[in-house]
Amino acid sequence: MTNEPLQAPINDGAQVTAAPWLDAQHLDYAYPRGKPAVRDVSICAAAGSLTAVIGANGSGKTTLIRMLAGLLRPQRGLIRLGGIAFEQWEPRLRAREIAYVPQSTTTAFPFPVIDLVLSGRSPHTPRFRFESPRDHEKAMEALEAAGAGHLANRSFTGLSGGERQMVILARALAQEPRLLLLDEPSSSLDLKHRADLLRTLTRLRETRHLSVIMITHDLQLTGSVFDRILALRCGAVVAQGKAEEVLRDDVLREIYGDPKVRSQRVGDQTLVWVEL
Amino acid sequence: MVMPRSAPLAPALPQRVGARIARALVILTLVLIVSVALGVAAGSQRIDPASLFSDSFSRTLFFRLRLPRVLMGLVIGASLAVTGGALQALFRNPLADPYTLGVSGGGALGASIAIALGWGARVAGVPLVFAASFAGAMLAVTMVRTIARTGAVIQPGTLLLSGVAVNLISAAAVLTIQYLTDPTSALRILRWLIGSLDVVGLAPVGRMVVILAPAWLALLAMSRQLNLLAIDEDTAATLGVNVRRCEQIVHALCALIVGVAVSTGGAIGFVGLIVPHAVRLMFGEDLRIVLPGSLLLGASFLILADALARTVLPSNELPVGAITGLMGGSVFLWLLRRRQQSAVI
Repeated sequence: MTNEPLQAPINDGAQVTAAPWLDAQHLDYAYPRGKPAVRDVSICAAAGSLTAVIGANGSGKTTLIRMLAGLLRPQRGLIRLGGIAFEQWEPRLRAREIAYVPQSTTTAFPFPVIDLVLSGRSPHTPRFRFESPRDHEKAMEALEAAGAGHLANRSFTGLSGGERQMVILARALAQEPRLLLLDEPSSSLDLKHRADLLRTLTRLRETRHLSVIMITHDLQLTGSVFDRILALRCGAVVAQGKAEEVLRDDVLREIYGDPKVRSQRVGDQTLVWVEL
Repeated sequence: MVMPRSAPLAPALPQRVGARIARALVILTLVLIVSVALGVAAGSQRIDPASLFSDSFSRTLFFRLRLPRVLMGLVIGASLAVTGGALQALFRNPLADPYTLGVSGGGALGASIAIALGWGARVAGVPLVFAASFAGAMLAVTMVRTIARTGAVIQPGTLLLSGVAVNLISAAAVLTIQYLTDPTSALRILRWLIGSLDVVGLAPVGRMVVILAPAWLALLAMSRQLNLLAIDEDTAATLGVNVRRCEQIVHALCALIVGVAVSTGGAIGFVGLIVPHAVRLMFGEDLRIVLPGSLLLGASFLILADALARTVLPSNELPVGAITGLMGGSVFLWLLRRRQQSAVI
């Protein structure tokens, strides 16, 4: 890898001080023999920011987040992390900065939960060393923070979908990233665990300046916590801004293509529903 | 209703990986020592340890036939088992093994071609048969993987089916070569199809170890990456594993190890399937235990299977491939049944 200093900010002449930690510009992606999945999407995440990505099914949310996780290479556009182009990062060093929680994870082998969480420590442990007692402590802490401490000795294959999601979240937390990418983490969580998830994220934002980009269909929770909402439709950005700017009837109708979407502000939350 | 929690509130952490590996390796090394002793002792002709110093016939029998055969079992068993463990992790498929994926078949075909063409020569000490067998194994693993991968996903069912197809094609090609070639070569090729550890003198074992030992070590050095790949490919990638490069290295190492093992011992089936599962059942899922554990247990397993093959019939000896095939086939079916119940495949 190149030996460029990691702290070098991109100097575009404009706003050096507010340089975001992750900065993706004009991303395009199309699957082989498919129509474009993501078109000209730009997204950035400053330290300690919470960003929600919303949109109908098939609007390109997962493709976008997989590009940000380094799993897909954008066909056009550039992703910079700490001012350095994505491809120039050594994979293990990048893995200390970004963690990714996919929609669902299945394993072919019955790994114990604690081992899966410990695997999150692997970018931090030297190549031919085993995890230290400190790594074990951090794995247990992460498991507790994800509300899954009691699952430590269970086998991953025997868990429910929601429990699996908590375990994979714990692994991402054990990775101690600066940026956490979450793909619909709340979809199979119950009400309490959804709230717990957001409490954990806001706490980590305060204590560790963690920034989060999260795909969600959970507009109620989105409105109260997230600094910024990015709405996709057919792979392109249709709206972005604060919750009260995006979660409005007219914008939501365009995002979801349904004329009967309604929304209402209640305190700092937004209620969204569809009239049947 | 509130369900009572079965697990204690503060669960005791499982032992750390380092300690678990140490325990596994000590136990399996002891098993290997016992297996070597049993393997050396087994046979139609009893060899008295004391007579090794006095009786030249006993000495010849021991050093030219008995010991080389046991060592050959050790080397080939270790090779097949460790590649089985690695391939299972790489393809995230509990039914993967050099035999079921057609890697052994490809290697046997390469070796057969070399024998039929009379390539007995060695280049820089490496027998050309090894090189041909490696090429065949590499071709097979590349084909199987290319067919089974659609986009980013490896289809487990397609993987095994294409392995079966590659095996069938290789076997048919080997039979054709055997039919066309002269009787001496034909007899030698027949051995490849069944698998046997028949060997005279220590030199052939030495030639294998020189190539295999570095390849084993290189594969063991990949066990951390393989452990992450065994969880899930995306997981491995986001944890900093260079998935493509890792796959290529493991493919090449597995093809090399299997090629060399098969070109000498033949396509001995299912060792790579049974042994890693046995290690998993005993010592857990971590590949950093499964790989070195399979190396040791695979060696013991093939030595004992061969000892059984030599002694089970009073007058004649069975090919060891028949024994491992019978045992491995049954385990395969059992695993398949279990997988089906948990609906993975």
